[in-house]
Amino acid sequence: MANRTVEVELSTTGMGPDGKPQRVPLFVGGDAGVSVAAPPAMEPELEGEHMLINIGPQHPATHGVLRLVLELDGETVVRCIPHVGYLHCGFEKIGEYRQYNQIIPWTDREDYLNSIGNNVAFALGAERLFGIDITERCTVLRVMAAELSRIASHLVWMGTTCIDIGAFTPFLWSFQERENVYNLLEGWVGARLTTSATRVGGMAADIPDKWIDGLKGFISTFPKTIDECERMLTKNAIWVGRTVGLGVMSPDEAINYGLSGPLLRASGVAYDVRKDFPYLDYETYDFDVPVGSAGDVYDRFLVRVEEMRQSIRILDQAVKRLPDGPVNIDDPRVILPPKHKATSEMESMIHHFKNVMEGPRPPIGECYVAVESPKGEKGYYMVSDGTSKPVRWRIRPPSYVNLSAIPKMVEGHLLSDVIAINASIDIVMGEIDR
Amino acid sequence: MSHPFTIVHPGTGSDATPVTPRNVPVHGGPISVSAAAVEAQFPGAVSRVVVARGETTVIVSAARVHEIIQWLHDEPAQSYEYLSDVTAVEFRDLSQPLEVVWHLRSLRFRRFIRVKVQIVKGQKLEVPSVWDIYKGADWLERECYDMFGIKFAGHPDLRRILLWEQYKEGFPLRKDFPLRGRFSRSEQLKNALSANPESRYSMEELSIADAFEDLPADMRKRLSGGEKTGE
Repeated sequence: MANRTVEVELSTTGMGPDGKPQRVPLFVGGDAGVSVAAPPAMEPELEGEHMLINIGPQHPATHGVLRLVLELDGETVVRCIPHVGYLHCGFEKIGEYRQYNQIIPWTDREDYLNSIGNNVAFALGAERLFGIDITERCTVLRVMAAELSRIASHLVWMGTTCIDIGAFTPFLWSFQERENVYNLLEGWVGARLTTSATRVGGMAADIPDKWIDGLKGFISTFPKTIDECERMLTKNAIWVGRTVGLGVMSPDEAINYGLSGPLLRASGVAYDVRKDFPYLDYETYDFDVPVGSAGDVYDRFLVRVEEMRQSIRILDQAVKRLPDGPVNIDDPRVILPPKHKATSEMESMIHHFKNVMEGPRPPIGECYVAVESPKGEKGYYMVSDGTSKPVRWRIRPPSYVNLSAIPKMVEGHLLSDVIAINASIDIVMGEIDR
Repeated sequence: MSHPFTIVHPGTGSDATPVTPRNVPVHGGPISVSAAAVEAQFPGAVSRVVVARGETTVIVSAARVHEIIQWLHDEPAQSYEYLSDVTAVEFRDLSQPLEVVWHLRSLRFRRFIRVKVQIVKGQKLEVPSVWDIYKGADWLERECYDMFGIKFAGHPDLRRILLWEQYKEGFPLRKDFPLRGRFSRSEQLKNALSANPESRYSMEELSIADAFEDLPADMRKRLSGGEKTGE
């Protein structure tokens, strides 16, 4: 277990005899912080007798229908056997029977905390398959969509993890702020959670008038909320004590286990798809990739908080550079004509009919396009045989691969730490089970 | 604050700044240097190299794929240390071979390569597991087995993952599997209810606590009747 010292503020335990709040430093050993001690040895007469504990699938702290079967020695986890699949609905199979634009609503429902980010990712993959280059305005709008949804997803992560570990207030603050993000999305595409915002070759809708003002307002007020949440958590002795040294993954292990996203970066690997395999012109934005140094739950928290700040930076730059011009590409083979044209012009009506009834057809071939979703590297692998429906539509789910490392992460920790470690992975069962 | 880990920076092996790909050609594009290296290192093992949409696909023989991926992982000039995905593709044209696909990334050189094995119809659906190279392949291979029935030889725990262990209808992502399943709705309902996966433990799990005797009588009967995990 990592012996790590973190600076913490003194915690108030109550009133002293002099009537003033008594201040006691909350640490075990060390001089200026919390150091995590190894769990105490078992009582001799109980040694060797192991216990089977079943957590889930219906458990509030497993963040969905995840089931963990744990082998315990006293309170220490010896082995963890995860079971997934309770939410399996066969998205990939259904996708083989749908046209490309019809798959976009399914992408909302896999990682439902990042639905608009999935729409963007899927559209990018389909456009690579079709050989389409999107317009400048669409690129910037998609960056805004992806970053807003990253913030929303991280806020849900922060809130629910706080609940799991026993802090209630940051949950309310982060959900209030998430509400602002969803109001923005609702103003744009009309839906809050299941956005279905993109189309192959563009977006379902351009942003409405004054929407940018709302986004600017969010950019200016949101950092304050992060600061408030950080004030509640970052140096909070309970939070630090419950997160430091848990679920440590070394950089080599993290890479070998295929971890991605904040988990991998907390382990000290500065891999971010936006920087290393950029898309949507991310290389032209000025932002930093936060990297942890200990690979524990606390580092994952710090990395995610910093990522929200960086997302705000990206949003700020995106607002400044948003160009005028069309959102959709000018290609009637993939883009629906405007409704008034479809009802008044013969040619547009034919395009509309062909697009809806047959659907756009990509050339034969395959492509794998990955984006940096809030959970990690989200990839869409699509194979086309020249018809309007994909032969294979594969989702590379980041939290599925991240979760597969949970037996390694929880081994040797206490039962109560399993909850914190599981929360730190940021799983969404919709994406894992698909 | 102490720093137990050295920070790993991707892209240390290349000077090029990555940029968003633009005007990616549907056919052709720059070929990955790793493709030629694999061909030179394993003469005869590579049946075809396809470059499309800026991605290089190396189609190799099933017998040597483990060796090739091991080499791509270990060789310092390649250093494909990150496994993105393992999956399979079956085409609508059932005479086409079934494909098993590995997506590998080199963080050091910022490279991406797709390794593919084609299994001709009628042949045994078995490829070597890369679990001993990448631990992340564990669940990806299990899912691939669950959905396509492809056996990954050498995988330590190859059993169904998304579907429950007694699922009888076959492998859903195969093209001969109908969208609504093989069985009638009533049969599916009956199977799903009798599966009761939420309260199901494998014998391996029950051995943890000698909990077998504490189980309900019907479950004990089921398990002692030889019901096992996996196929």
